[in-house]
Amino acid sequence: MDIMSLVNKDFIKARLKEGKRIDGRGFDDVRDLEITTGLIGTAEGSALVRLGNTRILVGVKLAVDKPFPDTPDEGILITNAELRPAASPTFEQGPPNPEAIEFARVVDRGIREGQTIDLKKLCIAEGEKVWVVFLDIHVLDYDGNLFDAGNYGAVSALLTAKVPEHEGRESFDMPVLHTPVSCTFAKIDSSLLLDPGLEEEGVADARLTIVFDEEKNLRAMQKGLDGSFKRDEIKELMDRASRKSEEIRKIIDQKVKL
Amino acid sequence: MMDEVIKDFDREKKEMKLIDENGKRIDGRSAEELRPVKMKVGVLNRADGSAYIEWGKNKVVAAVYGPREAQPRHIQNPLKGIVQARYNMVSFSVTDRKRPGPDRRSIEISKIISEALEAAVITESFPRTTIDVSMEVLQADAGTRCAGLTAASLALADAGVPMKDLVVACAAGKVDGQVVLDLLKEEDNYGQADLPVAIMPKSEEVVLLQMDGHLTQEEFDRALSMAIEGCKKLYEMQKEALKMSVGGE
Repeated sequence: MDIMSLVNKDFIKARLKEGKRIDGRGFDDVRDLEITTGLIGTAEGSALVRLGNTRILVGVKLAVDKPFPDTPDEGILITNAELRPAASPTFEQGPPNPEAIEFARVVDRGIREGQTIDLKKLCIAEGEKVWVVFLDIHVLDYDGNLFDAGNYGAVSALLTAKVPEHEGRESFDMPVLHTPVSCTFAKIDSSLLLDPGLEEEGVADARLTIVFDEEKNLRAMQKGLDGSFKRDEIKELMDRASRKSEEIRKIIDQKVKL
Repeated sequence: MMDEVIKDFDREKKEMKLIDENGKRIDGRSAEELRPVKMKVGVLNRADGSAYIEWGKNKVVAAVYGPREAQPRHIQNPLKGIVQARYNMVSFSVTDRKRPGPDRRSIEISKIISEALEAAVITESFPRTTIDVSMEVLQADAGTRCAGLTAASLALADAGVPMKDLVVACAAGKVDGQVVLDLLKEEDNYGQADLPVAIMPKSEEVVLLQMDGHLTQEEFDRALSMAIEGCKKLYEMQKEALKMSVGGE
């Protein structure tokens, strides 16, 4: 337990009592979101996301492999996340810890359950050969809310990815069906804050991630941390996420426009 | 030849109706019905607390050790104790043998179960300690994280760990376009959504919530209500099981 987080805790909570966040944002304000795609020439798709001072690089690589026996006519999605020591003094070298695994799995859940990729179109020969999409999330700078930054990066990288040519078949754009957008809220006392920054995350009691597609269908959720949510809080967050995810989708669409 | 047959059968399974015209599910349940559940507290000798649950075809045993000194020391919290839950599927608990040891799914489940239990345990009473909770899934048929968590909170009570309330978990989901309670394996595999929920029933605070699939907001509201009602029924069974363990009726 470091002393600064205890000091921060009192400060953040005192400000929230006055209805203010420490960086002056409203409770539903997302930090500045910048997305740059196609920076990595060796990847089939890539996106650098800056959400406030959180920076994440997502790369898409494709490879040909055998399909899973229960989905012989579908491509495969594999998501991995790396919290490298470069990104934060609290990240350590070594195999992924539970935080990194949860992060990768929550981003994966949004992309998979949101049917971002039309996996059927990634079948080359049924039962024999399909495309495997490796979605690798690399955190460069950790300043809170990895889940949403990861989702925005994953969606942007996939929207701009190309399936390479293979044995005479021409290259084509990644077949995308939906754009699921993630909204993560932190609960501090009774305040519910969208897009928590690092300090806010550090004192949060609970966290809720909600992923909506463009048709306002719910696709994935994940509650985290050792606090709890009341039912009416969950209902409120559903409404707020439904509204905000639309705004954020517009930003993503604009940034990845080719 | 063979592979054609296998493909046909797979296709049939995918097209299989999971809810019939009378609203009955493949095991004869109605939409809002739980599978049969049995719980027993105090089933292991060495553990400080333990419990066993059979929930449909799921069989899960939970064991608690602690509070005891957290090791290595850097994981200690000077202000409160920590709960370290480990969810483990036994290699023979599923049709295709599972490779033993933790995989990414079980690491994630262990993390969210630890957090759900920490919400209930009065950890401020035990600074620098850990309470270790092991859940062993012996036989699996969808809903094992809910069964594991429900058994784990019984094991904590059995160990005498002070808690604000028991934690109880139950899932709802969507099958054949209908919102239903407590999905079994086929419904989970071929259904459209799964929503595991855990609450502390006295306050109805939600301590675990996950969702994957495809739900409208109205369907979500219905599924959440249904899961919470399921949790309340299971809570009554938990209390019965605890009474039995201390010689009550």
